[in-house]
Amino acid sequence: MNEQEEKLLEAISDEKFTEKDAYNIRKNGQSVKRKNNPYIDIVPKEDNKGIDVYVKENTLLGIVHIPVILTESGLKDVVYNDFHIGKNSNVIILAGCGIHNDLHNDTEHDGIHRFYLEENAKVKYVEKHYGEGVGTGQKILNPVTEIYMKKGSSMTMDTSQIKGVDDTLRETKALLEEDTTLQINEKILTDKTQSAKTIFTIELNGENASTHVTSRSVATENSYQEFISNITGNSKCYAHVECDAILKESGKVKAIPEIYAKNVDANLIHEAAIGKIAGEQLMKLMSLGLREKEAEEAIIKGFLK
Amino acid sequence: MLEIKDICFTRDHKKILDHISLTLNEEKFYVITGPNGSGKSTLAKIIMGITKPDSGTILLNNQDITALSVDERAKLGLGFAFQQPVRFKGLTVYDLLTISVGKKIEKKEACALLSKVGLCAKEYVDREINSSLSGGELKRIEIATVIARNPKVAIFDEPEAGIDLWSFQNLTEVFKDLEKTSKGITLVISHQERILKIADEIILLEQGKIKKIGSKEEMLQMILSEPKCCMKGRE
Repeated sequence: MNEQEEKLLEAISDEKFTEKDAYNIRKNGQSVKRKNNPYIDIVPKEDNKGIDVYVKENTLLGIVHIPVILTESGLKDVVYNDFHIGKNSNVIILAGCGIHNDLHNDTEHDGIHRFYLEENAKVKYVEKHYGEGVGTGQKILNPVTEIYMKKGSSMTMDTSQIKGVDDTLRETKALLEEDTTLQINEKILTDKTQSAKTIFTIELNGENASTHVTSRSVATENSYQEFISNITGNSKCYAHVECDAILKESGKVKAIPEIYAKNVDANLIHEAAIGKIAGEQLMKLMSLGLREKEAEEAIIKGFLK
Repeated sequence: MLEIKDICFTRDHKKILDHISLTLNEEKFYVITGPNGSGKSTLAKIIMGITKPDSGTILLNNQDITALSVDERAKLGLGFAFQQPVRFKGLTVYDLLTISVGKKIEKKEACALLSKVGLCAKEYVDREINSSLSGGELKRIEIATVIARNPKVAIFDEPEAGIDLWSFQNLTEVFKDLEKTSKGITLVISHQERILKIADEIILLEQGKIKKIGSKEEMLQMILSEPKCCMKGRE
């Protein structure tokens, strides 16, 4: 891998690989490096269409890295990654996609990730999206995440789009059986004329299923963001959806919440707040010696941390 | 030395501050008190630069700071604790204290600052400054952000506002400590007798004018015996 590719990989990886971790690195539509360990098997699908990741039952703390980088302008890479998480296992999955595009053709990565959590499995899934390059070609990312949770399982999904992605449609679907917990934390920053649309569809089917979705976003310059959530409570369950957005310049944000309780014991909450940075917040940080622009940056950095 | 010269401020045809002049000296603890609407908070905000006066000047150690912005005054050594501390989603107590000090600090330094204002540091330092914090906790953190800057002029706008009596009782200790140790000017806007008792000098404002300035002994006697002075929090 050359220096540019290494840097791209670094931008989407918070944690370095260790000897014990399993990993699969995908570059320009091909798997270029893969490693299994005694608890985690990564099996490629036919024609480089993706991977199946098998985490054995009772794995104590498995770590899997599956970064994707695209440096070939004009490439459209569609990948299907399936994660089969065994009973009682506990695993961290670190994913991310970085695109470098210096030319005029659009580069696109569509990652379709399906998670099958067996009983009492526990997953932390971290996904970071990033784009860079001076070309006029768009950097497009359209991730689809499907989550199927069996009894007693839990999952935390931390997803962020940090910079440079021109267009994104992010779809997340989840089906929760009894005693399951799904927590989703989403952070998105858009600038220029970028567009980001995010859709969450969550079905709480089992008794005591619960979900907490937090979306924090900043839309600056002429960018546009849309947040859609559809939460259905089919049993005694709990859901809390929070959508917070900061607007700057001509940024636009639309939030469309839908919560549908089909059971008398379903408890579903949606909160949405969109607006510019509060004057009192700026004033407080200025009274601590920051210039207005520095204060604004500190507030946004904290908000998206 | 902070000199306030002939400050006037009128809004909606009402004189909020009417030719206010004051001189405040280092190592002294001043309390501005007076009935609601007497102009106390407006004067504090004018000193910090949050509100612009219609006329008058403010000098800090002979430098005219009247036209300076809030952040420029902060850099010169003015600090301000807001009456209603603001919340920040995402920023932690540690983040805010780092901004206050103006450089990266160790967690233990942040903890020491929190301990000064009576907070069990370890429990608070990594917490977000969001709605999970109570009014009393926010007030203490607000005061810590000002103390952290070791300002030449520390202004506290009604530290008692919005917190319960028990929390406030503990908070008075913070101000007693400031009175003893601060090398700068401390200026507190307050109605509370507990705070008035700490003061070296009390400034009584009424209808936008300074009615009287004096030592706490003479001022407390006057204020407490005068029924027209609608003080809150008498004990």
